[in-house]
Amino acid sequence: MIEVKNIVKKFGEQTVLKGVSTRFEAGMTNLIIGQSGSGKTVFLKSLLGIHTPDSGTISFDGRIYSELSNDERRELRTEIGMVFQGSALFDSMTVEENVGFPLKMFTNKSAKEIKERVDFVIDRVHLVNAHQKRPSEISGGMQKRVAIARAIVNNPKYLFCDEPNSGLDPKTAIVIDNLIQEITQEYNITTVINTHDMNSVMEIGEKIVFLKNGLLEWEGSNKEIFKTDNEAVTDFVYSSELFKRVRKMYLEDDVK
Amino acid sequence: MLKEIFNKPTKWSAMKQLIFKEIDDLIIDSLGIVSFISFFVGGVVAIQTALNLTNPLIPKYLIGFATRQSVVLEFAPTFISIIMAGKMGSFITSSIGTMRVTEQIDALEVMGVNSLNYLVFPKIIALLLYPFVIGLSMFLGVFGGWMAAVYGGFTTSFEFTTGLQAEFIPFHIAYAFIKTFVFAFILATIPSFHGYYMKGGALEVGKASTVSFVWTSVVIILVNFILTQLLLS
Repeated sequence: MIEVKNIVKKFGEQTVLKGVSTRFEAGMTNLIIGQSGSGKTVFLKSLLGIHTPDSGTISFDGRIYSELSNDERRELRTEIGMVFQGSALFDSMTVEENVGFPLKMFTNKSAKEIKERVDFVIDRVHLVNAHQKRPSEISGGMQKRVAIARAIVNNPKYLFCDEPNSGLDPKTAIVIDNLIQEITQEYNITTVINTHDMNSVMEIGEKIVFLKNGLLEWEGSNKEIFKTDNEAVTDFVYSSELFKRVRKMYLEDDVK
Repeated sequence: MLKEIFNKPTKWSAMKQLIFKEIDDLIIDSLGIVSFISFFVGGVVAIQTALNLTNPLIPKYLIGFATRQSVVLEFAPTFISIIMAGKMGSFITSSIGTMRVTEQIDALEVMGVNSLNYLVFPKIIALLLYPFVIGLSMFLGVFGGWMAAVYGGFTTSFEFTTGLQAEFIPFHIAYAFIKTFVFAFILATIPSFHGYYMKGGALEVGKASTVSFVWTSVVIILVNFILTQLLLS
């Protein structure tokens, strides 16, 4: 579980996060949504320790990040898996080497044990015939799967995903969403996803955090988001005609 | 940056592979171009010297002497290093810069890897072999001079090799290799700095490579001047 208490982050004169507090539970897919410039990326990077908040605390199962020593922070980071927007796979390595990288760096497993674990997670993300290919030789959807495999190979307690569906076709995007949700539930991981994709919100948003102008505007589940009368949320989530109609149908069904 | 490079080292088993890869990319891949340039520039130095020795009282062995002095003292250590600032330096800046742009460095940091140590330390270690490149350049430069002088009909092999041995000061070799070690460190660190701390996209990677080449060359020239003053004056 990750608990965020009143974090503030400034860049010069500009305050990007103005005191955000929330809690991300284990075994759930937690989504951060909001318009461009709402502070989502800064929030995610603060959770990851890439940005240091000016005030407030972030605790990982009781371990307050700002109070940890450098060694303890590095130790904590080995418990984190991250799927970057552009996958961030290492160009010079094959798929197999990319996935095995965290094991090679942070465990004392033998080459055989690493190979077994890598084969298992590659299989788990349904990648076939890609072991020896380089990232440039596989599709965007396959790259995302490799990134997920790399993120989970070392059994992380926390999984962060930055726009995991960007650049993917709708069908592949749903497959990736479902894969993340399955893995989250299967391994009881605390998963936090930064997304713009409303399909993801509807499909896997067990907890949704909506940011607006650096403040937490609303939080709830994908069921509750249909019923909310928060204007900022409805304006953002139901900005397309299709989603407006989906919401109307959902609410009509609910009344019946 | 320098402190962080040597801080929190990457696991040795992984680092060993990185070092071998850097030796391949930076040292082995440079041998062809260094050999080519050294051989022909050595030849040109010998021909230019021979063509300028018009006074019959000046002994022909000076062609070998001048070739040796030019190649060993300046051409091989300094000018090959400037050429390497273009070849190795832009390779280092663009490869690290691309990793920055594509979030690969962020990925390393998030995983808990000391990215500066992971990326820069193997380059510094690989470039400890740089003196071998310069040694090869010295040999081929002098050999190219001998070929051009002898087969161009400017002097005899005996006179050329007499010139090579004339007034030989062993410290000049030490001076050349001291410079080479310093230049190797500059070649590993300045381009890495420009790649690691770059901001922006693909266009900025190209700009960073150019800026890195300019700064690496400027620093090599200035350090060359200072070291020459300190060691030879």
